[in-house]
Amino acid sequence: MPKTKIEEMDRNIYNIKNKDEYSYKTIGLTEDVIRDISRRKDEPDWMLDIRLNALETYDKLDMPTWGPDLSELHMSKIATYVKPKSDMKKTWDDVPDDIKNTFDALGIPEAEKTSLAGVGAQYDSEIVYHSIKEELVKQGVIYTDFDTAVKEYPDLVREYFTKCVPITDHKFIALHYAVWSGGSFVYVPKGIKVDIPLQSYFRLNAPGAGQFEHTLIIVDEGASLQFIEGCSAPKYNEINLHAGCVELFVKDNSYLRYSTIENWSKNMMNLNTKKAIVGKNGKIEWVTGSFGSKISMLYPMSILNGENAICEFTGISFAGKGQDLDTGLKIVHNAPNTSSVVNSKSISKSGGACTFRSNVWVRPIAKDSKVTVSCESLMLDSESRSDTIPVNNIETDEVEFSHEAKIGKISDQAIFYLMSRGISEEEAKAMIVRGFADPISKALPVEYAVEMNNLINLELDGSIG
Amino acid sequence: MELLNINNLFACAGDKGILKGLNLKINKGEVHVIMGPNGAGKSTLANIILSNPQYKITSGDICFEGENINSLKTDERAKKGIFMSFQTPEEVPGISVTNFLKTAKCAKTGEPIKILAFKNELEENMKKLDMNPSYSVRDLNVGFSGGEKKKLEILQMLTLNPKLAILDETDSGLDVDAIKTVSKGISMYKNDENAVLIITHGTKILENIKVDFVHILVDGKIVKTGDSSLAEEIEKEGYSKFI
Repeated sequence: MPKTKIEEMDRNIYNIKNKDEYSYKTIGLTEDVIRDISRRKDEPDWMLDIRLNALETYDKLDMPTWGPDLSELHMSKIATYVKPKSDMKKTWDDVPDDIKNTFDALGIPEAEKTSLAGVGAQYDSEIVYHSIKEELVKQGVIYTDFDTAVKEYPDLVREYFTKCVPITDHKFIALHYAVWSGGSFVYVPKGIKVDIPLQSYFRLNAPGAGQFEHTLIIVDEGASLQFIEGCSAPKYNEINLHAGCVELFVKDNSYLRYSTIENWSKNMMNLNTKKAIVGKNGKIEWVTGSFGSKISMLYPMSILNGENAICEFTGISFAGKGQDLDTGLKIVHNAPNTSSVVNSKSISKSGGACTFRSNVWVRPIAKDSKVTVSCESLMLDSESRSDTIPVNNIETDEVEFSHEAKIGKISDQAIFYLMSRGISEEEAKAMIVRGFADPISKALPVEYAVEMNNLINLELDGSIG
Repeated sequence: MELLNINNLFACAGDKGILKGLNLKINKGEVHVIMGPNGAGKSTLANIILSNPQYKITSGDICFEGENINSLKTDERAKKGIFMSFQTPEEVPGISVTNFLKTAKCAKTGEPIKILAFKNELEENMKKLDMNPSYSVRDLNVGFSGGEKKKLEILQMLTLNPKLAILDETDSGLDVDAIKTVSKGISMYKNDENAVLIITHGTKILENIKVDFVHILVDGKIVKTGDSSLAEEIEKEGYSKFI
């Protein structure tokens, strides 16, 4: 009997496993592998040079040891490039049936019809479908897969690629630049407001593979955009790796909302890097839901480079059994009168661990800036873990700064209260957790809010005891 | 017709024995009042009837409509028609009053909610309880005043229409007008088919209600049972002669 208005959802949607069919695959990380990938993509020399340079950097950098245990990751075993059996198509009908059915089950073609202005769908290492509404093309908006962007807009790509997230940032971004494949490229010209969101969905089907998509978005002066990123994978016994990169350029007076619902399977190491550079009067809004993966290390960074620039961050993570979700954010206030508002929530249960790291740096030039950080954690049992690690570096006195952290267990009395009205224990706990997550649900696009509530139901399923 | 029958009940909170051989029988159509000094076990009684996990039965039986419910969980007891108005209602962020009530009603009746009828009934009941309609979209008890929380308990009672309503000090901390409103709510609810158990320190809440039995609870046992005049006696003279 349904107890809430939210539709029940089948976990199997995420667990659809297609046969591991591909047209080409490389294993491991060597110069030969990288030259091979680049040659197959028919890339210009400057891109190959970036890849080789990145490999050299990767070899020099140490593994991060300050966070989750990455010892189960063996790069020599990871399939670094898995070219699906299909090229990129412009209509879903041309996409092979099993791949199309996967995206159908995930609701992508349906959302495209009703609520999106463009869609990119990646399967393993390559985009298999990309579309954009004709009106946007006429306005000069570019939304395409990254390989096409390298070929058709080389000047734009060269101007921005690696300029937000440099190759040397950390070991896994160096890895990313060495073997990157797929992802989306977006350019919104000056003054153009894209009211309907674009969405790219990244699906990893191949067992033991890595996904290294690169997303680069330029929102030019006075323009605005909402972009949605979704990702998922079926569960395998081998370790899969996701080391994507997101570079966001939010120019003067422009606006970008970047929403993510990540639902990787629990054999995934999600070591993703996201960064935004925001100009004068510009605004970046991050909305992030982290549900899946075995290990996540994800700290979206915002550099507020222009006066009055704003960063809003709304995020939630949910760690269940065997999951170590190490997430957070970095913000650099690098101009006067900039502001940031952070609302983060985490839920852990059945021994799951959530760590929230916030790193806020207010530079001397950033006078009259405002920083508000709030993070709340809910633990559903006593074996689960939750930590908050704030690092604040405030270099001017003329700043309003507040940091609030709350860590608590789910209240037995609140459960009793709801149960005393006839609500079952499972539903009472789910209601309390959904209520806790509610401020985040409200920030998500509506289909994703429903999906998040479904995920909370799924995550709680069988965890009550 | 018998609703509740508590037979020689012993219960504890942690290691501490609180109820020590309590007997209580409530029939349909009756209004019972329990009074007693602080720490006598009044709230424990209310909570143990609903199986609050903070309390444990050590011996004795709780029967509802002739069935022993000792081993039933809280939600199962609620579905049988037992309700408690909490002394300190819980604040639950992110759940609106309306959604909470719909979920509870649906869980209790096992049937989908008829949206329009539900909405009309809710609005009407809120009006009768002098509640601002905007409270229906607010988060459950979050930021409510003491009085609003208690009115919301009564609203829940009217919405769920239980067979037995236990009101645990619903009148405590309320001003005169709010007590009148709560009292009005009880009158709206009460009929020949249901019963009310009022736990209170005062007689104000009883003014417009026809009380059948008043019990004095001291140190985990009912030491005296009488009619409504017993409540007035306590109001004047206190509990000293029962202790």
